[in-house]
Amino acid sequence: MTGNAAAHSIVEPGRLAKRIAATLVILYALVSMVPLLWIVLTGFKTPPDSISYPPKILFEPSLEGYVNLFTTRTRQTPGFIATLPPPQSWYDRLVRSRNMVIAGPSKYVPRFINSLAIGFGSTFLAVLLGTLTAYGFSRFKVPLKDDLLFFILSTRMMPPIAVAIPIYLMYRELGLTDTKLGMILLYTAVNVSLAVWLLKGFIDEIPREYEEAAMIDGYTRLQAFRMVVLPQAATGIAATAIFCLIFAWNEYAFAVLLTSGEAQTTPPFIPFIIGEGGQDWPAVAAGTTLFLIPIVAFTVLLRKHLLRGITFGAVRR
Amino acid sequence: MLDQRPAATLAERAAGLTPPAVAKGVRGLSDRAIAWLFIAPTLALLLAINIFPLIWTIRLSFTNYRANPPNAPLKWLGLERYSDLLTDPDIWHGMQVTARFVVSTVAIETLLGFALAYLVDRKFRGHGFWTTVILIPMMLSPAVVGNFWTFLYQPQIGLFNYVVGFALGIDPSSFQMIGDVRLAPWSIVIVDVWMWTPYVMLICLAEAAEVDRASKWRQFWSITLPMAMPFIMLAVLFRGIENFKMFDMVNLLTNGGPGSTTELASITLKREAFEKWTTGYSSAFAVILFVTIFGLANIYVKALNRVRQR
Repeated sequence: MTGNAAAHSIVEPGRLAKRIAATLVILYALVSMVPLLWIVLTGFKTPPDSISYPPKILFEPSLEGYVNLFTTRTRQTPGFIATLPPPQSWYDRLVRSRNMVIAGPSKYVPRFINSLAIGFGSTFLAVLLGTLTAYGFSRFKVPLKDDLLFFILSTRMMPPIAVAIPIYLMYRELGLTDTKLGMILLYTAVNVSLAVWLLKGFIDEIPREYEEAAMIDGYTRLQAFRMVVLPQAATGIAATAIFCLIFAWNEYAFAVLLTSGEAQTTPPFIPFIIGEGGQDWPAVAAGTTLFLIPIVAFTVLLRKHLLRGITFGAVRR
Repeated sequence: MLDQRPAATLAERAAGLTPPAVAKGVRGLSDRAIAWLFIAPTLALLLAINIFPLIWTIRLSFTNYRANPPNAPLKWLGLERYSDLLTDPDIWHGMQVTARFVVSTVAIETLLGFALAYLVDRKFRGHGFWTTVILIPMMLSPAVVGNFWTFLYQPQIGLFNYVVGFALGIDPSSFQMIGDVRLAPWSIVIVDVWMWTPYVMLICLAEAAEVDRASKWRQFWSITLPMAMPFIMLAVLFRGIENFKMFDMVNLLTNGGPGSTTELASITLKREAFEKWTTGYSSAFAVILFVTIFGLANIYVKALNRVRQR
C-alpha cells in the first residue's frame, strides 16, 4: 500500500525529462509517417519521377497517377493520334502526350463501390445483431452465458485461410461465391463477435435503473430498450460501427479467395493496378491514398474509443 | 415468510414472487423470450458461417477430397491423415517460420511499445496529438500497405533502401530486403513492427493512467512494471494470436519467398488449399490451427477478464 501511495504522490517529471520524452516520441511519430507520406507523394509523381534514383522529394506534381488510376489506356502511334479529333479535356491531353489514348474507365470505381456496399451492409447487420445480443447478455440471465460469450469471441480469432476452405465449398454449393451478399454475410459473422463484446461493455455501463424507472412508468421491456437504452448507447453504437466498417474495409484474405470480379473489394484489386511492365506505382499510390484517407479520418474521430475497440471492450479508460 | 400470510391468494403470491421487471414484461413478451429473441439470430449466423463449415472441415480432413476438380473418387483416410501431416517437414517448416516471426515481432513491439507509452506518459505539451499520429498505421489495411512496401523495398529506387544505404554509407542497390534469404524474414518483421507497435503502446497507456508517473528508477521496477504486467500480457497474447495467423501483409509483400524463407503457416495453407487444391490435406492442417488458436483464445479471454476485474 505504501508503495502505491508513493506512486501516486505527484512527482512532476522534470522539464528536461519532458523535453527528451517529447523529442523521442515526435521523432518516432515522424519516422512512422514517412511511408504514408511517400504513398501520398508518389501519387502525384509521373511514372519516371516515381522510379528515379535517388528518390525525388522535390518534383513537379502531376495528376498522371490519378488519371491512370481511373482509366484504361492503349498505346498508339503518334501518326494515329494526329488523325484523332483534338483532345476534349485536360486528361485526354495528358494521356495523349504519352502516346496513349483513353480506352475506357478502369475498375477502380466499381471496386471502391463494392467496398462501400459490402462495408456498410455488413456493418449495419453486425451492429443490429450485436446490439440486440449485447443487450440480451447484459440484462438477462442466460444459461451458459460465459461459454456463449467465449464461443462468440473465438469465432473472430480463427485464421481466415482456415475458415475460407469450408466457406469456399459452401458458397460454391449455394452460388454465393463472388457475390456481395456472400461477402456481407461473411463479414457480418466476423464482425458480430466484436460488436457483441464492445456493445456489452457500453450497455453494462448504462444503469439498469433507467429502464426499470421507464417500465414502472408503463413502458414494456421492448419500449424501454428502444426509448431508453438505445439513445444512451448511441455513442457506443457509433464507435462499434466504425470499428466494424474499418475491419470490412481493410479485409483482404477472404476477399482475395472468395471474390474475383463482381464482388471484388478494393484491397485485392490495388496490387493489380498495372501499367506497361509491372505495377504502375503512381496509380497504385493514388488508389492507396484514396483508400486510406477515410480510415485516417475515422482514426482521428475514434481516438477516445480506440483502446476499447482493440481490447474487445475489456480495457476502458 | 409469504406462506405465513393466509389471506394471500395464489395470484397475489405469484405476483409477489415475480420481480417487477417480469411482471411488466408479461404485457409484451416475457424477459426470457426477449433474451432468446435477441441472442438467437447472432448464434444462428455464427452456427451457419462458422460451426457448420467447421464440422465440414473436420469431416473432410479425414479424406483425400479435392475441391478442384471436384468429382474425383473419395477415399476415407481416417487418422492416417493426421499422422502424415504431423510428420510432413513442410508443415513443420511453416510452423518454425511462424514461430520465429511471432517471437521476434511480439518481442520488438512490446519493448518499443512499452517504451513509447512510458515516454508519452511524461505528458509533454501536445502528447495527445502525437499519440493519435502514432496510432494511424495500425488502423490501415495490412494488405494495401504491405503491397506498397514492396515499392519502398525496391533495391535501387526504393525509399527504404535509399535511407538505410545513406545512413550506413553503403550502396542502396547492394542489398535486397525481399529477394535476400537472410533479409526477407526481417522485411516482414519491420513492416509488422511499424504497423503494430502503436497497439502495444496504446494498451500500456491504459496502465499508465493508473500508475500515474512513478518516475524514479526504483519505482519503475517495483511499481510501474508489476502494475503494467497484466496489460502487457494482454498485448502480447493478442499480438501473438494475430501474428500466428498472419496472412494478408506477408502474402502481398513476399508471398512466402524467397524459396520458403517467409512461408508462414497461413501461406502454406493457402498454397495447399487454393493452389494445389489438396482440400482434405489442408482441412486437416486447418483443424490443427483451429485447435491451437482455440487454446490461445482461451488463455486470452482469461487475461481479458483479469484486466476487466481491476
